[in-house]
Amino acid sequence: MEEQKHFKHPSFYPGDAPETEHPFSLYISVWILLFVLSAFSYAVDLAEIQGYLRWFLVTVFAFLKAGLVVGVFMHMAWERMAFLYAIMLPPLFLLALIGILAVDGAFVYYIRDLFMPLVGE
Amino acid sequence: MAVRLTTIEPWPPTSEVFALHVGGADVPLLLIAIMTFILISSSGTMAMAVTSGYKKERKKTAFLILLTALGGVAFVGMQMFEWSKLIFEEGIRPWGNPFGAAQFGGFFFMITGFHGLHVSIGVVYLTIVAKRVWEGRYDKLNDYQMVEVAGLYWHFVDLVWIFIFAFFYLW
Repeated sequence: MEEQKHFKHPSFYPGDAPETEHPFSLYISVWILLFVLSAFSYAVDLAEIQGYLRWFLVTVFAFLKAGLVVGVFMHMAWERMAFLYAIMLPPLFLLALIGILAVDGAFVYYIRDLFMPLVGE
Repeated sequence: MAVRLTTIEPWPPTSEVFALHVGGADVPLLLIAIMTFILISSSGTMAMAVTSGYKKERKKTAFLILLTALGGVAFVGMQMFEWSKLIFEEGIRPWGNPFGAAQFGGFFFMITGFHGLHVSIGVVYLTIVAKRVWEGRYDKLNDYQMVEVAGLYWHFVDLVWIFIFAFFYLW
């Protein structure tokens, strides 16, 4: 009799099983790494770094942390490639949209500044 | 973001608005930093809960999930403190504030409000899952997958906070 195939964790299908058990030490080291990265982002603020360097550093630390959380805590690193693409591609398109909006936003800002500067300035 | 970019009025200085007054000096973003550490820690305990779940360690799993939920409660509690401070003492409203661009309040309350709501829902969700683990429901099923599903929810809430912390508070 064939086993009923309702949705189960991949580990139920022998031969195609991603690893599901990791030592606590892995999570604790990721945890510490997340702490350190958060501290770095916070340090960027404390050091009063401004402008492009600030945005660059904050963004880099945020994406590193996101990668750790998604990859290790959410076990994405042990999933098959097709699943990885299915999850990661849509946010990339969103990112492109945000980029386009940023360009447009800069243009709108320029127009506004040109035609309706702040009252009383 | 387009809205924020297009305002001509200066954006309020988040670093100062969210400062905590500690020992006679303003420490910028202190509460937010603590909240971040708490949420990250709760994500850590959740990841350990999922691992314990796969090992079918019933009590340990339930305990770790409950610890995660407690982290969530602490987070929401601090957020309540933050909101009341901003509303009652700083006079920040969704339609305006004394520091700069009027859009700031709307952004802040909507973004952190929705995130806080999801954390609160997560706390209830995790408490229910912890109760079920404790009662041995997943032992009977011989399947701790529900713990992993709850974990995915919680990690995603943490993920969203990472981006809020970076792009709203620090940007």
